[in-house]
Amino acid sequence: MIRRPGRLALVAVLLAGGGLLVTSVLRDTLTYYRTPGEVLTDPAAARQRVRLGGEVVPGSLRHDGDLVVFRLADAGRQVTVRQHGVPPETFREGEDAVVEGRLGTDGVFDADQVLVRHGNEYRPSSPAHPEPSDAR
Amino acid sequence: MPTTTVDLTADNPRGAHARRTTAWIAAGLATAAGFTGALLAPADAAQGQAQRLMYLHVPAAWVAYLAFAAVLAASVAHLINGDLRWDRVARAGAEIGVVLTAVAIGTGSLWGHLVWGTWWAWDPRLVSTALLLLAYTGYLALRRALAERTGGPDGGDRRISRPAAVAGIAGFLLVPVVHFSVLWWRSLHQQATILAPERPPIDPRMALALLLAVAAASTVALLALAHRVLRLERRVAATGEAPTTGTGTGRRSPAPVR
Repeated sequence: MIRRPGRLALVAVLLAGGGLLVTSVLRDTLTYYRTPGEVLTDPAAARQRVRLGGEVVPGSLRHDGDLVVFRLADAGRQVTVRQHGVPPETFREGEDAVVEGRLGTDGVFDADQVLVRHGNEYRPSSPAHPEPSDAR
Repeated sequence: MPTTTVDLTADNPRGAHARRTTAWIAAGLATAAGFTGALLAPADAAQGQAQRLMYLHVPAAWVAYLAFAAVLAASVAHLINGDLRWDRVARAGAEIGVVLTAVAIGTGSLWGHLVWGTWWAWDPRLVSTALLLLAYTGYLALRRALAERTGGPDGGDRRISRPAAVAGIAGFLLVPVVHFSVLWWRSLHQQATILAPERPPIDPRMALALLLAVAAASTVALLALAHRVLRLERRVAATGEAPTTGTGTGRRSPAPVR
């Protein structure tokens, strides 16, 4: 049995170490995604694998063979995304999405995963309340 | 809540009657919530039928918060007056909270798979909820470890209850982190609707289903707490409370007085 002051110091050291470990691991979690503005102002950082989030610009979505191309916008800045693979069924223009990939040298973001970031508003979809899918 | 809990945990015919009544209320609320959530409430425009998982996911998460709040309150009460009944309430609350947190993570994972397109994301809400589960699982593990070391009955020994109460109070620090994670940091998880200061639009039938589900889950959790506390009480009564004084040092040589 370690004596009491020693034990307290040990607990403090363990807690501090654990805290440091958790915060360093969580740094990626605390900024879950970058905005188009951040990616455009610091393109070098986006050459590594990052997440990019924003609203899918209405009218920008098109299919090009296996590729799905669209633009993500936030605060007036836009990045074009080239997605390899099928997005989820809930993916729609006008809704938010988070993509994962890296910025290409041509300024287009090459993504291989799309996550739909839906809002906290809940509305019925019955025909009695016609609602265009991109209404927000 | 103290009077309710005392009544509900009473080991006599009156207590049993109160528990039966609570069980009927819980069954009625659960039926109403099931009916409203499955049939009356419409499917969501953007998310479709998957949004109905909300009626399981949100009550599980909220009642888990409530259970951990009960751990906090009971731990504080135990440290103040030394009554081991509060210690048993804290343990039962933590057990219920851990189960409900696991349910919230499980239903949320399925909901995320259906709507976000992923079972799991390293997002602040999800990671902090996993840490919350870890913290209270650790709390229960600490109780078990202390019970094995002291040989005293868990729920009837102050050498277990006092360190556990400190851990139970400290663990609650994570609850606001989990709840406000979606406001403090960028997350994939949506923000609160009902608990938001300026409530975003939600269809009234959806809100009704959600509130009924929360009421049902709260009543079931209260009933589970009462039964668990009663069972722990009987177990401690059978083995006898450890003959310790209030100092919490027990059979070990007395710690130097500071």
